[in-house]
Amino acid sequence: MTTSLDQNVHAKLLYIPSMMPIRNISSLTSQEKLFEIETPDGEPLGHTPGQFVEVSILGIGEAPISITSSPSRSTSTFELCIRRAGSVTNALHELQVGDEIGIRGPFGHGFPVELFRGRDIFFLPGGLGLAPLRSLINEVLDHRDQFGRVIVVYGVRRPSEFLFRDELYEWQAREDVEVHLTVDHPEDGWQGNVGVITTLIPGIQLRPRNTIAITCGPPVMYHFVLMELLGRGLLEWNIWLSLERRMKCGVGKCGHCQLDHIYTCQDGPAFSYAKIKNLKEAL
Amino acid sequence: MCLYTLPKTSLSPCIEALIEHYRLAGPTSRSEHYIFEELTDPSQLSLDYTTTILPPKKFLLPPKETLFQFTKDGQGTKLTPVEDTHATVIFGVHACDLHAIQLIDRFFEQDHPDQAYRCRRAATTIVSIECLQPCSQFSFCKSMGTDSINEEFDLHLTDIGDSYVCEVGSIKGAVLIDDCQDARPIKEDEIIEMNKIIGKRWIDFPDKLEPTIDSLPSIMSLSYESHLWQELGERCLACGACNIVCPTCYCFDVADSIDFDLQHGERYRIWDSCQTDGFAVVADGHNFRKERSERIRHRFMHKGKYQFEMLGLIGCVGCGRCAQSCLADISPLDVFNRLHRDLLPSAAVNEEVEG
Repeated sequence: MTTSLDQNVHAKLLYIPSMMPIRNISSLTSQEKLFEIETPDGEPLGHTPGQFVEVSILGIGEAPISITSSPSRSTSTFELCIRRAGSVTNALHELQVGDEIGIRGPFGHGFPVELFRGRDIFFLPGGLGLAPLRSLINEVLDHRDQFGRVIVVYGVRRPSEFLFRDELYEWQAREDVEVHLTVDHPEDGWQGNVGVITTLIPGIQLRPRNTIAITCGPPVMYHFVLMELLGRGLLEWNIWLSLERRMKCGVGKCGHCQLDHIYTCQDGPAFSYAKIKNLKEAL
Repeated sequence: MCLYTLPKTSLSPCIEALIEHYRLAGPTSRSEHYIFEELTDPSQLSLDYTTTILPPKKFLLPPKETLFQFTKDGQGTKLTPVEDTHATVIFGVHACDLHAIQLIDRFFEQDHPDQAYRCRRAATTIVSIECLQPCSQFSFCKSMGTDSINEEFDLHLTDIGDSYVCEVGSIKGAVLIDDCQDARPIKEDEIIEMNKIIGKRWIDFPDKLEPTIDSLPSIMSLSYESHLWQELGERCLACGACNIVCPTCYCFDVADSIDFDLQHGERYRIWDSCQTDGFAVVADGHNFRKERSERIRHRFMHKGKYQFEMLGLIGCVGCGRCAQSCLADISPLDVFNRLHRDLLPSAAVNEEVEG
């Protein structure tokens, strides 16, 4: 129960970012960098996997970015994986360690990890879709004994576009994680699978009624992934997606992220397929 | 007793007193139209106005509003919230616009209260006026139940000939009436006169909506796949005028500006329009509402259904401004009536015969 005074304080901060320094920057590909951001008081950001923050470069603007580090590994910092895509993200790529950026959030509803315990977890990220799912993957791996099988099927267009390579190797080396990688266009002596991620699904043995599938990727991907998963007998409420929208405010006011009657920034961005399957504007 | 009367001859001095103490916004004529504007003299006030180009919403949610200012220097970054606490009176608000303000109040207060809106709202006093005749050929307020209002105002005026009946709706309204020296408690015969005028007024307002207002959300639910959206999409110019003149539209865009010294700047929000092409575009260029038909459906679903589900109020107050400003002659009244007709059993029979 919050008092009206608390609400006032909260309201005051609605659009005002907190300035936080960049502690580390690493290059993941030619287009994506990983930023480690320090929280002001050394406290955890307090997010759940799948939530996002609004990132500000004052004078340029603000953009919604999913949090890519897991709560289990975010004590006094958190990580953002940022692709050069627009004015704010391009400006972010020019920043140095020690520079400050504005952060609001975390916002929205992430994945309900507690509902996934005891189940087989099937991750299907496509391209930059690994960024939000990595938060959940590492959360699951850090509580590995609470889950059944962990399967990761990850597809990118070209081998040079794989994000978090070190972690992919780590996951591949583990016996308790099944990792399947695929590319659309083989280059650089790529020896692995060629084709979109749906080509890998038929070859994977699943216990459909006990499997939670979680997918995130470009809009065109969802339709095909859903067809495959539903065709394999997965239940609608066990398939989870993270939806991308242009969340300008993050607090359900600006209207840009609305899909039918739902504000993605409030009810999502993580949704079960059961919740959105009848919403025409969702996919 | 919270009813007073104020002789019309005393209105001017009252307005003059208000201008001294408040920022006073009211309807005034501008060429052939009326607009809400900050007034500097009582003679500018036109209480017999028809409808204004923009609703009085603009004094609560300005077209462009600074959210905070920032300064970047050697010491770091300083952010300063900007809050407008300027005491304002919006004078002469019609009932439809007041219903719309009630809806916007609920929207900005729900879940995450919006401090910028809350501050401005708290500093604002609203004086509404009873509409005694329809204001425009486009309006259909009686059908939407918004031709009158008995809450939300601070002070409400009813023209009874030589004077105004003033109904106090809040402490803020009581403060205003206290400052009007010529206002006095209402007399019995004036109450009778007021009731007579209001009773007669009802007949003059046409009821144009064919379905009942209660059925509107259900009609919208059943009309998601209607052919009408395609038809309207072909006519709509995607100019966004309907959003800009709408008293219940509150969507906004957020942007930054920075001075040439690259040290001082601000973040502001500006009114935005869900009918324009780029509204639902994401970073990689994908447009989640690419077709005009999808965007116009979203607008009408939002007004007729989503806002009702979210806020308990229908999102159209029947002011008729969007119909008046639409270059393609798209009117919410026509849309609601057409969707209703298309759902009637007789329409289904016709469709079968034609099909």
